[in-house]
Amino acid sequence: MAERGFQVARLPGFATTAIIVFVALYLPIFTLVAYSFNASTSLAIWGGFSLDWYAKAWDNSQVKDATLRSLIIASFAAVISTTVATMAALGTTRRRAFKGQTLIYVMINQPLMVPEIVTAVALMIVFGLVKVWLTANGMGALTTGLGYLILAHSAFCIPFAYLPIRARLEGMDLTLETAAADLYATPWQIFRRVTLPLLAPGMIAGAMLAFVISLDDVVITEFVKSGGQDTLPTYMLGQMRRQLTPEINAVSTMLLGLTVVLLTAFFLLTRKKT
Amino acid sequence: MSPAEDNAIRTSARNGWILSTPALVILFFAASGPLLIVLIYSFLTPGQHGNVVWDFSTNGWVGILWSKDIFSEEWMLADAHLAIFWRSLWLSLMTTAFTFLVGFPTAWFIATRPPKERALWLFLITIPFWTNLLIRTYAINEVLRKEGLMNTVLMGLGITDSPIEVLYTQTAIFIGMTYVYLPLMVLPLFAAIDRFDMKLLEAGYDLYASRMQVLRRVILPIVKPGIIAGSILVFVPSLGAYVTPRVLGGGKQMMIGNFIELQFLQGKNWPLGAALSMLLLVIVMVALLVYVRYANKGSSHG
Repeated sequence: MAERGFQVARLPGFATTAIIVFVALYLPIFTLVAYSFNASTSLAIWGGFSLDWYAKAWDNSQVKDATLRSLIIASFAAVISTTVATMAALGTTRRRAFKGQTLIYVMINQPLMVPEIVTAVALMIVFGLVKVWLTANGMGALTTGLGYLILAHSAFCIPFAYLPIRARLEGMDLTLETAAADLYATPWQIFRRVTLPLLAPGMIAGAMLAFVISLDDVVITEFVKSGGQDTLPTYMLGQMRRQLTPEINAVSTMLLGLTVVLLTAFFLLTRKKT
Repeated sequence: MSPAEDNAIRTSARNGWILSTPALVILFFAASGPLLIVLIYSFLTPGQHGNVVWDFSTNGWVGILWSKDIFSEEWMLADAHLAIFWRSLWLSLMTTAFTFLVGFPTAWFIATRPPKERALWLFLITIPFWTNLLIRTYAINEVLRKEGLMNTVLMGLGITDSPIEVLYTQTAIFIGMTYVYLPLMVLPLFAAIDRFDMKLLEAGYDLYASRMQVLRRVILPIVKPGIIAGSILVFVPSLGAYVTPRVLGGGKQMMIGNFIELQFLQGKNWPLGAALSMLLLVIVMVALLVYVRYANKGSSHG
């Protein structure tokens, strides 16, 4: 018999290590957030609470443009990647394994496997070639838009949208769809009236993950963008080379806040069981 | 197989392909296709101001390890490149080892909490995981800088009288990578420990095993797939890290990712940059293949 108070799962030092890890994980983030409210210009000395840096960031047209650009790209990337990922998930689940299915999986998950820097230089080369070709053919106007960035972001967001949607599809009961078919619903009606509403939480979760992933991307955007096309993260990366002011902390805190809100929503959505 | 059944499979395969096509088209143009072009570029000749000249050459690949002496035109071992590879490998291995060392107790702690509490701890691990990598790296910069939190505390406690300069050293990169990749180690470890049957521990103790023996002979072998998954998830992005060495290494402590950038952005040698990218990709693929083989073997045994 085990001695009194002896818990088998307790290993000495493990709980202490875990608590230290959690503190270490959050301390730097809290420091960063705290200093965004610092009245002093210095990153080192605490000069009292103030929202000045938020006001400065708000007035900074570069920050405003970058924020708008980030949101536009992330919205498009989320919608596009979720749409194509939903189709692919419908095409690859709930049917017998078919020839080429593995190839589809490999391609969909490719952005997760290839190091980001490699994808980034690859896209830089390809979009460079496309730009040269377009300009030579009198379509130079096409090279100034956000299309490249949206395409690149949509691509690396696909696996993030695909995974929750596929998980949702695999957990879904086929009975309702079979019942609908028995009641002479056409395949499209079944999809529109039965499958889609059941799938919606998975799609929303997928879209939110895609949105966060796109919003956070630094490396690929840094290599693909043209001059003056900074997103929030690439603007921040550029600023980190120059003189640092708490304005960066304010921008970081806002981005952080947005991520936390989206993720909390994501967890609440996926936690609910069917 | 009956003709009807055969027919059903054919339509399902066709639908599978049709439905997957839009995703595959995007991925082909913005993921797979570009990789093929990088492969081609690695066999071309560098242009004068960056880019390439369309002449076949293997110098991009040779240049990974050898460089041509400007004066004697002789190929010699490129020490600077070796130093970068060594730094990348060493820091990635150190990061993997250290994240395991502190990640294992953390994952164990989470897995042994009461179910309700467990969700909260898991959520606390996941938030940093989804937080922008650049922001987290910058947060570490804030802590490590000369007038940052670490030095303020150390000097306040009288442990040191002058600030310790950690920023822009390999130590800073190591701390930063450990910090940003830690959740990638904890999450798969947690998944493995969560499935672990705690009755085995009781059995171990009943048979007079010490805690250390139980840990080494019972726990570690069973959660091994989680350890391997976590190690791959940390090692792979560490090896290709770009943001963390750039922000915390200050351009002086380059890793392979920054070295690739250097070849492209300063217009130095695109074929070499392309060859380095391919090499990095091959290393990552080998690591993933080893993992997949191991994972499959593990699951077939139950």
